[in-house]
Amino acid sequence: MNIIIIEKMSKHYPIGGGKFTALKDIDLEFTKGEFTGIVGPSGSGKTTLLNIIGSLDTQSEGNVEVMGNPIRKLSSKKAAKLRSQHIGFIFQTYNLLPVYTVFENVEFPLILLGISAEKRKEAVLDALEWVGLSDKAKSRPAQLSGGECQRVAIARAIVKKPNLVLADEPTANLDAENSHHILKTMKKLNEKLGTTFIFSTHDAKVIQYLRRKISLLDGKVSNDEIINEDDYDL
Amino acid sequence: MLKFLAKGLLRDRTRSFFPILIIASGVMLTVLFFSWINGYAMMLIAENARFETGHVKIVTRAYKELIDQKPYDLGLMNVNERIEVLSSEYPQIYWQPRIYFGNLLDLPDKKGETLSQGEVIGFGVDLFTDSYEQELLNLKEALSNGNLPTKQGEILISQEVAEKIGININDVITLIGSTMYGSMAMHNFTVSGMVRFGIQAMDRGAVIVDIADVRLFLDMEDSASEILGFLPKYNEDTTFEISSIFNKKYTNKDDEFSEIMLPLRTQGQMEFLLATMDQRMGMFIFIFIFVMSLVLWNSGLMNGIRRYGEIGIRLAIGESKGHIYRSLILESLLIGIVATIIGTAIGLIFSYLLQNYGIDMSSMLKDAKVIMSTTMRAQVTPTSYFIGFIPGVFASVIGAMVSGIGIYKRNTAQLFKELEI
Ligand SMILES: Nc1ncnc2c1ncn2[C@@H]1O[C@H](COP(=O)(O)OP(=O)(O)OP(=O)(O)O)[C@@H](O)[C@H]1O
Ligand SMILES: [Mg+2]
Repeated sequence: MNIIIIEKMSKHYPIGGGKFTALKDIDLEFTKGEFTGIVGPSGSGKTTLLNIIGSLDTQSEGNVEVMGNPIRKLSSKKAAKLRSQHIGFIFQTYNLLPVYTVFENVEFPLILLGISAEKRKEAVLDALEWVGLSDKAKSRPAQLSGGECQRVAIARAIVKKPNLVLADEPTANLDAENSHHILKTMKKLNEKLGTTFIFSTHDAKVIQYLRRKISLLDGKVSNDEIINEDDYDL
Repeated sequence: MLKFLAKGLLRDRTRSFFPILIIASGVMLTVLFFSWINGYAMMLIAENARFETGHVKIVTRAYKELIDQKPYDLGLMNVNERIEVLSSEYPQIYWQPRIYFGNLLDLPDKKGETLSQGEVIGFGVDLFTDSYEQELLNLKEALSNGNLPTKQGEILISQEVAEKIGININDVITLIGSTMYGSMAMHNFTVSGMVRFGIQAMDRGAVIVDIADVRLFLDMEDSASEILGFLPKYNEDTTFEISSIFNKKYTNKDDEFSEIMLPLRTQGQMEFLLATMDQRMGMFIFIFIFVMSLVLWNSGLMNGIRRYGEIGIRLAIGESKGHIYRSLILESLLIGIVATIIGTAIGLIFSYLLQNYGIDMSSMLKDAKVIMSTTMRAQVTPTSYFIGFIPGVFASVIGAMVSGIGIYKRNTAQLFKELEI
């Protein structure tokens, strides 16, 4: 079952008088439950691709459908609804809201979905348990290490049990140990909840966890392969 | 969501402190200014009521036509009986007849020949029966020389006139005028004291005599120029209500000498003065809303830039732009309300202080020889408690609305990029 279909998609940015092509003629499909990495050098278009899939940006040409929603035709309100209901984001720089506690940061997506306080509490505590941060619920982001912050961000992304989690270089700011920990956590959730994970990386440590690796080079898909097919029980 | 926003506001002082500070100060000034203007209006009303207009005033229709000239020959008749009727009809109102008369004051020498002369305006008021006139005219405080009259035939003269003409206490002076019927009238009075009111109109040439003496002098048996009515406490609406009922009953447009009641606000310059004050207040509030909105808009912009990160995250999590915009406005509403409450409380404290203690302006107004207006006082009214909400809440919300437009102007990807930096 394809949850994402990308056909002949290009993205241009206006630059000065002309335009710069960040992505060119991309054809990709993603099925439910994938654990996929997009790798490529800096400037190859990884972030741009993830932003379009996440409906934060729109393509210039071609077709992108995410869970049946044509990205370019969505109103900003519909796009917000798609993100709210089906997509979780994880960023390189964690991006937690500093004035709120860990618990409240993770709770926020559920407030937007209008879920009752009681159910929210249950879901937040579950999510914190999955990422191993049950004891930090009352802490503020500033009191946590980088690895812990990123785990909070993962909890925030998965607390609503979305179909899709998009992670843009989630380990770029982390040391080796934390990177492994994060990947293991994501992998575990991928198996446990069946959530589709797509993340960008140029971190070699991460590659070993991937099941599918898509390589981007200068805005084009240069390689798309299934790796570690049967062995991802690390 | 409201709880969520409130937590953010409480924990992030920069998000709430600066706007609250600005709004609270603006609101405080508004409340204080409002109370001060109120105090000023009350003083204006009180002074004019005592000396000139009453809270309401009854005159004849003919008199009203020429009211600036105070034509006592067009005055009211059967005044004692009328006052009895009025007193039973309006038991809460205190009625006071007065006669105003212009005449010549003549100071004779020992042989009875004129030493010097001057034009004066006479006030015939009830000085002796148990009336409030002495209080209304503030005579005790105004007395600058000699004593208040204690018996018929005594007169009070404004200090200024006395000095100009050269009158001393206990001098006998002659007032020369014309009777109600047009023939010449002369009457001698003994000067018992001199007064200084601090009100130009009075000080320039007023003499005060008991109304019974004036009736004798001007052949105005049982008449008066005007009957002034005083409520226990001035209330504009009441004066208009009473007047309209009274006029329906007593005013007859075919009879020049039928009575008509005039509320304070409709008399002389009062309407103009009071309307000007209302206008000032409106302008003041408008300017405050405008200036504070500008400041808050700017601080909102700076705050907004600081919060692009947060906004980007919230967009990514799936909040819509409209929802974020509305939540910013909701925040500004909360801030506006809290700041208004704080500002109003402080403003009221100062207003009450200014109401109870007043600011003594006598050193500043020394040369103006003012008695009554030396202390500037505020007056807190029920409206003082609410007036601050207009600029407080409006400025806050308008500021947020304007600065928040940036959220719509930037596209989502752009807002989102800014959070990566
Ligand atoms: N708003 C924009 N305007 C113009 N050019 C842009 C814009 N955003 C991205 N680009 C360009 O598009 C190309 C792809 O950018 P993108 O951020 O997707 O790369 P990336 O693969 O994520 O790189 P990195 O690994 O450094 O994060 C880059 O050359 C970048 O300069
Ligand atoms: Mg990138």
